[in-house]
Amino acid sequence: MDFEYKIEGDDFTNAGAASSAVKKMLNQVGVRPDIIKRTVVALYEAEVNIVVHAYRGTIKIDIDEEKIHIRLEDEGPGIPDIDRAMQKGYSTATPRVREMGFGAGMGLPNMKSNADSLVVTSEVGKGTTVEITNYFN
Amino acid sequence: MESFHHALKFKYDLCMGCSHCTSVCPTGAIHVEKGHPILNPNRCIDCGRCYLACPVNAIYIEQDDFQTIYNYKYPVVLIPSIFSAQFPETINQCAILSSIHHLGFQYVYETEKSVDIVKSVINKQVTDSGSMKPIISTFCPAIVRLIQVKYPSLVSNLLLIKPPLDLTAMYIKKFLTEEKGIPAEDIGVFYVSPCAAKIAAIKSPVGDEKSPVDGVLNMNYFYSKVYRVIKQGVYKLREENDFHTLSKKSILWSLTEGEINNIPTGRNLAIDEVHNVSQFLDKVENEDVKNIDFLELRACDQSCAGGILCAGNRFLIAERQKKRAQKSPDEVLPEDNNLLNYKDYLVENIKVGKVYPRSMDKLDDNISIAMRKMKKSYEINDSLPQVDCRICGYQTCKALSEAIVNNQATLKQCFFVQRILEQTDRLTTTEAMNIIKAVWGDKKLNKDSIKSLNLE
Repeated sequence: MDFEYKIEGDDFTNAGAASSAVKKMLNQVGVRPDIIKRTVVALYEAEVNIVVHAYRGTIKIDIDEEKIHIRLEDEGPGIPDIDRAMQKGYSTATPRVREMGFGAGMGLPNMKSNADSLVVTSEVGKGTTVEITNYFN
Repeated sequence: MESFHHALKFKYDLCMGCSHCTSVCPTGAIHVEKGHPILNPNRCIDCGRCYLACPVNAIYIEQDDFQTIYNYKYPVVLIPSIFSAQFPETINQCAILSSIHHLGFQYVYETEKSVDIVKSVINKQVTDSGSMKPIISTFCPAIVRLIQVKYPSLVSNLLLIKPPLDLTAMYIKKFLTEEKGIPAEDIGVFYVSPCAAKIAAIKSPVGDEKSPVDGVLNMNYFYSKVYRVIKQGVYKLREENDFHTLSKKSILWSLTEGEINNIPTGRNLAIDEVHNVSQFLDKVENEDVKNIDFLELRACDQSCAGGILCAGNRFLIAERQKKRAQKSPDEVLPEDNNLLNYKDYLVENIKVGKVYPRSMDKLDDNISIAMRKMKKSYEINDSLPQVDCRICGYQTCKALSEAIVNNQATLKQCFFVQRILEQTDRLTTTEAMNIIKAVWGDKKLNKDSIKSLNLE
């Protein structure tokens, strides 16, 4: 069963719409609460990333009996060095941004720790694709 | 899994089938059939929004027969401190207390007597780095149930300790048997409840086998009974006044911020009113808000001052309660509050058993059937008008689509679908009428007065 959500860059107020919808669906299917929580946290982090960094994006959600697969594709600046971005604490944020409590360099690592599988591919100047898979058992 | 016990009941003879209760329910627990509300016991959390919304008082809150207090040689009444704030300021505490004794109670206690003990346990948990954050208070039983049904992943954040009500009741029993030598079977502890949720929690405690409370009375009922005695002036004025043995903070405990104002460290938030709480818990579940140590969540606006069984205006009750707190001591010593001498016993028994998630959204126990039902319900929902008019008897179009996949409703219950079907000759007007009657009953659709109205 698949769903699609559109997401706009800069639209902070609506970030989280896909996470909330996914939460409801997984509850309806009867997925274990801790797995729902992990999935929602990873997806929310990814949603916010699009809002902050990209121009716009699409979220495709595919749920079957064993797993949920989420693919977030955005049009945006892309990530030059994915390996470094996956490291805890690595951040491109300026000191000013950090002072305000953002850009701690935990976005991708946090996503990773809440996903059974996380695949990030990116092309600088074009956009980033994030794929999150979580299994129900 | 056994259903929750509910203190909220419908009186069908008074109900006029308006469905206001359906629309305000925070968990979508009510739908309409044959002109009357039907409660889904697995969804209802006894928050009482429906009770407040009902225009004809067709919802009542069950309580024990007052006469049962006389089954005990020593009837004891346990009242929340908010009780005395129901009365006009001209009525003093002594008159209230004396009148309660006049009604037949041998002992009168306020539930907040044990707040100092609860407080110390909460503080310990908040500073304990090993505990799951945010710690969520279990003071309000409607919130505990809300989390069980709507936020199952947050169940493990609930602070599994007994509320002051249970601890004080335990103390009373121990004190009266051990110090006064009264046989346990002669003691009947009756709680005067400001809400339905606390009654439901006493009748089927969450995470606990049996409540130490033997009976419950509705606060608005008890208020009237006591007020009558005061007005008639038939009571004998007593010398002692057990009401003055509470600390400032204990008195403020059941008001909004009552719990968090006692926690000296960490980031702690208080949120009242069940829809506000829901909105906030959505954020907590997404980890949109992080680094919160303690959450005080209450189902009623103004917390217990806004309890659905309170007799007065919630803002005035809160005001009176604060005034009383101002006049109360910061600290109460064991010589003024004997309960504190039982601290070790109470702390030892403060834990409650495990609380389990019981998601209300699950469409089927079998995951592949649930998948199929979910898919179908989304397809159905896409074809519904999204007006949420409730003419089908359900709270929202989405709720109808879920009821359809569970074979509890049909698509033809939708007013818009009916019109479309009639136009394409797939449904006759008589059939449509019968479907609407099955939801709203015959009465609403047999109005002769409308037939005689001039519609031009």
